[in-house]
Amino acid sequence: MSEALIEVIAGGIGNSIQDEGRFGFRHMGITVSGCLDPLLSRCANALLGNAPDCACIEIRAVGPTLRVKRGCVRLALAGEIGAKLRRIDGTLREMSAWTSFTLDSQEVLEIATLPDGGSAYLAVSGGIDSPLQLGSRSTYQRAVMGGIDGKPIVTGNLLPCATQRHRQYRECQAAAWSQGEGPIRVVLGPQVDHFTPEAVRQFLASEYRVTPQTDRMGMRLEGVQLAHASAQAADIVSDGVTPGAIQVPGNGQPIILLVDCQTVGGYPKIATVIGADLPRLGQLKPGECIRFAAVSGAEARQALLVREAQWRAWANRIVAYMSDGPSLDDDLSDAWIASDWS
Amino acid sequence: MDTTIAEHGASVRLLALGDAAWTVEFGTTIAPAVHARVLGFAGALEQARRAAGRDGSDDDGIGAVIDVVPTFRSLTVYYRPLCCDGERLGAALMHLAESSGTASQEGRRWRIPVCFDDDLAPDLADLAVAKGLSRETVVALMCEATFEVYMIGFMPGFAYMGGLPAILEMPRLSSPRKAVPARSLAVAGSMCAVYPWESPGGWRLLGRTPVPMFSANDAESPSLLASGDRVCWRAIERQAYLEMEAAAAAGTLDKGRLLFLPEES
Repeated sequence: MSEALIEVIAGGIGNSIQDEGRFGFRHMGITVSGCLDPLLSRCANALLGNAPDCACIEIRAVGPTLRVKRGCVRLALAGEIGAKLRRIDGTLREMSAWTSFTLDSQEVLEIATLPDGGSAYLAVSGGIDSPLQLGSRSTYQRAVMGGIDGKPIVTGNLLPCATQRHRQYRECQAAAWSQGEGPIRVVLGPQVDHFTPEAVRQFLASEYRVTPQTDRMGMRLEGVQLAHASAQAADIVSDGVTPGAIQVPGNGQPIILLVDCQTVGGYPKIATVIGADLPRLGQLKPGECIRFAAVSGAEARQALLVREAQWRAWANRIVAYMSDGPSLDDDLSDAWIASDWS
Repeated sequence: MDTTIAEHGASVRLLALGDAAWTVEFGTTIAPAVHARVLGFAGALEQARRAAGRDGSDDDGIGAVIDVVPTFRSLTVYYRPLCCDGERLGAALMHLAESSGTASQEGRRWRIPVCFDDDLAPDLADLAVAKGLSRETVVALMCEATFEVYMIGFMPGFAYMGGLPAILEMPRLSSPRKAVPARSLAVAGSMCAVYPWESPGGWRLLGRTPVPMFSANDAESPSLLASGDRVCWRAIERQAYLEMEAAAAAGTLDKGRLLFLPEES
């Protein structure tokens, strides 16, 4: 396959190249980054038969407008988002998420906006082939790393990707992937003993509202003020943190750390969100209210296994279909394979 | 550093950081003896991770470890939760932590050039006045001391170093700067650090090094310093500073030459 190029003709707001994250460098202060909702990016990749670690565009607010500068590319959107596709003949088509589609050279895709927050993903067949840095293509703005020149998507960026041999008319679609519901599950600690027993009870019994002070580093919540066991207990000598850790500074209002968080922190952590529910954090919108429920390590592991099985079941229901247009030269013997999702 | 296990072994605690990380805590304060245990455990775990890859068997889950973060007083161990039994891994880590002792080998030793010219050291004069010392004495004290890297954090490549002479201890600025220039040598409380990036910050700036603390394109070791390393500062003139800064920008600065040679140490 020769190389295709996608030109960003409007960068939008809050868009960045992400993959599954950068591991093995946290001891140097380099956080993992990666997709805020890695299950949704996996969905977008799966619609194209991509491996789950292919780099895609994470959309957080105003989606970008893209033009295929060279070649022919297959794309798929996942999330509560749509797009307008401007064909080379001038026709305009509304595209929805959860289906793949193919753009010829010079065709334009105008991705819509996520008005209330959350995350959506645009995957490209074969993945966006921007440079790997320390084993990942994830954009990590703080260290000017990954993505294109270590920065979010901006107008004028050129995104290299694989080209298709020719325009495809066989596309894939699936139902919308839905996240679990119910309280966000946590394992208590590591500093649960820095809080009064009453504070721990309140944390698990009250609603917390997501505030607009939310970015890829963390999400500030507001709700019942959580009392530390003593004034000294509101600070710790910094120790390791991780995405999903819920730290509570002196004001008693929790902050959930997200994928671009620092590697160490000096506030006590009352609890940590379990792996099964981490992707749900990427979909929380300002104003939304959430509750927490404590589970054991064994329950957390079981929840992760259940979630993985649910996702595989979703991926197994991806179906191929013929899109509009002639199918004369489409090679049907080259059957679509559900690749290695199991 | 010669504290025995018996004196500190009782305080080791295993804390769950969610379902994909354990924090092994050796203490709750900043103390060289506690940090020595952290480094000892980090070394033992590194060996165990290599062994887990070699013989294929990995009953305790050490092979599922993907990241470790040493701090002043703890080591956080991150693992792939679907690749191991987290409870068993936790038990294995505790076993290792209780038997690992203090660091078996010393970290690298660096001698890093710093220019202390006034425009690069905006808080040097104030700190000297506050302590009743001459500017030259402050510089001499900084260059005579040996600093030890406790941990990297706050931002990529930001090394928290202990070893600041007590007479130079001062709290952070009451109003942090909006932009601290990259590579500023800074002190706050009993800690010393170099800002790898331009960033907001409230530490007091005493000089600037031409040596980059972080290079994203250095795949082997993007962070110059690592937990356990020791650092001495060497005062340089402006001309040398400018030459080294230019060499660093051109990618021709040999960081290996900043290491103490064995015969010197």
